[in-house]
Amino acid sequence: MSTAAATHDDHHDHHHAPTGLKRWLFSTNHKDIGTLYLWFSFAMFLVGGFMAMVIRAELLEPGMQFVDPEFFNQMTTVHGLVMVFGAVMPATVGLANWMIPLMIGAPDMALPRMNNWSFWILPFAFGILIFAVLMSAFGAGNPSAPNFGWTFYAPLSTKYGPASTDLFILSVHMMGISSIMGAINVVVTVFNMRAPGMTLMKMPLFVWTWLITAFLLIAVIPVLAGVVTMMLTDRHFGTSFFDAAGGGDPVLFQHVFWFFGHPEVYIMILPSFGIVSAIIPAFARKPLFGYASMVYATASIALLSFVVWAHHMFTVGMPLAGTLFFMYMTMLISVPTGVKVFNWVATMWRGSMTFELPMKWAIAFVILFTCGGLSGLMLAITPVDFQYHDTYFVVAHFHYVLVTGAIFSIFAAAYYWLPKWSGVMPSKLLGELHFWNSLISANLLFFPMHFVGLAGMPRRYADYALQFADYNFWISIGGFWFGLSQVIFLVVAVRCAMKKGEPAPAKPWEGAEGLEWEVPSPAPFHTFDTPPVVK
Amino acid sequence: MATDKYYVPESSPWPLTASIGLCMTAVGGAHFIQQSTMADMEPSFSGKPLFFLGLAWLLVVVALWWRDTIKESVTGLHSNQLGGSYRQGMLWFIFSEVMFFAAFFGAMFYTRWLIIPWLGGEGSNAMTHELLWPEFQPMWPLTETPDGTTTTPMGAWGLPAINTAILLVSSITLTIAHHALLEGKRGTLILFQAMTVALGVIFLGLQALEYVHAYDMGLTLDAGIYGSLFFLLTGFHGAHVTIGTIFLLVTLIRVIKGHFSEDNCFAWEAGAWYWHFVDVVWLFLFVTVYWL
Repeated sequence: MSTAAATHDDHHDHHHAPTGLKRWLFSTNHKDIGTLYLWFSFAMFLVGGFMAMVIRAELLEPGMQFVDPEFFNQMTTVHGLVMVFGAVMPATVGLANWMIPLMIGAPDMALPRMNNWSFWILPFAFGILIFAVLMSAFGAGNPSAPNFGWTFYAPLSTKYGPASTDLFILSVHMMGISSIMGAINVVVTVFNMRAPGMTLMKMPLFVWTWLITAFLLIAVIPVLAGVVTMMLTDRHFGTSFFDAAGGGDPVLFQHVFWFFGHPEVYIMILPSFGIVSAIIPAFARKPLFGYASMVYATASIALLSFVVWAHHMFTVGMPLAGTLFFMYMTMLISVPTGVKVFNWVATMWRGSMTFELPMKWAIAFVILFTCGGLSGLMLAITPVDFQYHDTYFVVAHFHYVLVTGAIFSIFAAAYYWLPKWSGVMPSKLLGELHFWNSLISANLLFFPMHFVGLAGMPRRYADYALQFADYNFWISIGGFWFGLSQVIFLVVAVRCAMKKGEPAPAKPWEGAEGLEWEVPSPAPFHTFDTPPVVK
Repeated sequence: MATDKYYVPESSPWPLTASIGLCMTAVGGAHFIQQSTMADMEPSFSGKPLFFLGLAWLLVVVALWWRDTIKESVTGLHSNQLGGSYRQGMLWFIFSEVMFFAAFFGAMFYTRWLIIPWLGGEGSNAMTHELLWPEFQPMWPLTETPDGTTTTPMGAWGLPAINTAILLVSSITLTIAHHALLEGKRGTLILFQAMTVALGVIFLGLQALEYVHAYDMGLTLDAGIYGSLFFLLTGFHGAHVTIGTIFLLVTLIRVIKGHFSEDNCFAWEAGAWYWHFVDVVWLFLFVTVYWL
């Protein structure tokens, strides 16, 4: 797509790389901050995964075995919060930090100090949340951690929320501050820092999808801040936003929450679309099919995401016209999403395909994300949703799009760009083990959830009726298997960080395109000190 | 003063220390609220003291952080491109604030247009009305809640109208100051910016007076949804006016110290944009909360 002369920093008088702890704590370098984000998100992925193991251990057999139902509720709640806000979102922000300046030929992110602030808020915010869980597990009197589900519906979270709800509210505010600053940084970097000649329609699709993601973040994270603020005043200052006796309505909570919550799911998946759009052309050795249509499809998905929120609420008793509107709008989203899937497949069509690790993950993404998308289409149909609502069918749907969708694409990105980040190739053997174990176990874990959901097993319960026992046994086995498989990736990543492995050339993938492959591997501390010229 | 090279700052301790301050403020704030509103919570260090400690910490760190930034600006390290980054960043920040207010305005319209009529039995909600609160009369402003709490609505044409005029005038004085800045007329700039700050302070004083008046006539935060929305919307607006006034005061001090020129005045303009934004929010507030 573009060629450029690689430029390196050769004046070492003042811009040498800082060392030791200070390098990481006080960083203003997009690569180091990106690395911090990626390690943090992986740590959160393991923490949230451990909570999922607790959930699956309890559900291995019917009846109560390991935890009491109160603690089970806290596990489902914090598992969701940690995975959404702590694992998926920071991982894609980490990728944005590392790759966007490299891809557009910028010396760094536009606002480097604010960039570091965006990151360092997160460990504190999650420290607060995880501290609440630890107190609940080991503290005196076991004060409850947040226990109302990751969607924290009123009045469960207002009138009936435990004391830790207030800490949860403030930690959500902190995550929000972090996300908004991170998103502003991305938008400004993309609009203001592109190398000469890098026009908007020449940008790699990962940059485009992140630009649109950042717009969504700036638009809806403040709405999340608004809804938790109303929760706080309802809990402590006598307001009646979510209390019908005072003229408010608990359903108001759901509207405001999902006005944030639905764009939020695209915040988690749009960067994945960008990753896959980078990897598939590289290993099919063909330019991306329909670049412009990909850009427009992404923008359409983002805009439509603002007018579909109430499809999460079909069963709360909306007027018929409302449910119909949200049903049709939701189904409309499958058009631009279909364009994307079509374009990925068309890119592979008659390509000289090879199946290196990133490509394996990307293809798995395309197939399994589509699977999750189709179950989403089923859920969009209002009368059908009456049956599916709050069953394991919903759990299956959003784990297909988030685990085999978003997280698989993040692994694809990691295997694709690890040579650039670390300077060594990730271990092929361990990578293959990681991929095949994850692929098979994730499907064993999530696919049967469709069946138990259709048969009526509700989500968020610590126990279930006997007829679901066989499926749940295998789901749990899949869960432990998937969880253990991720330890393989930990080994892969640590080996790369310790520079153990085959040294990587500047461009380790034959068909890869883009400015990031013009700089050496590992990418030097400062790149594009003077901007490259893009032809 | 502008340079061609994009300025990437050296490593800085402020982001991390600001996060520590933010964490203390958040944890202290949550406990402070609990300890001052819940009967079974005893005051402790993790409440009020930690909250104010965190707030002070945050203020000191932010001041030191901005001192660094101002130093860089004054010594000419900032290129025009960096100025562009700052400007775009500020505009997107204001957009995020717009969405924050949009959430509350949305809650208000949802309440007025849907919740209240539904509680009154409209649409398919006849049984809701009949079974829950058959006595309930739907109206806006809601002077009697379903559970019988009564309140008095705030009229538009007393203090709120005066406050509208004050904010509109303050926007004009600020624009005159802006033109003076671009034309290098420092005297006019200082005079009109000082007037703007004064008008901001007067607005806040009158708003406080209005709150006292509201509580006297029974319009309180816990008097049902009308009071909740009234205080949430005007309260967050007032908080933003406070921030805007401090913002303008700081840039006024910098003007007096001789900072800013016609091509290096990002912070000044950011403050001005913020002020105009707060103004526009008030106009929406005045029309939808007080008047209609």
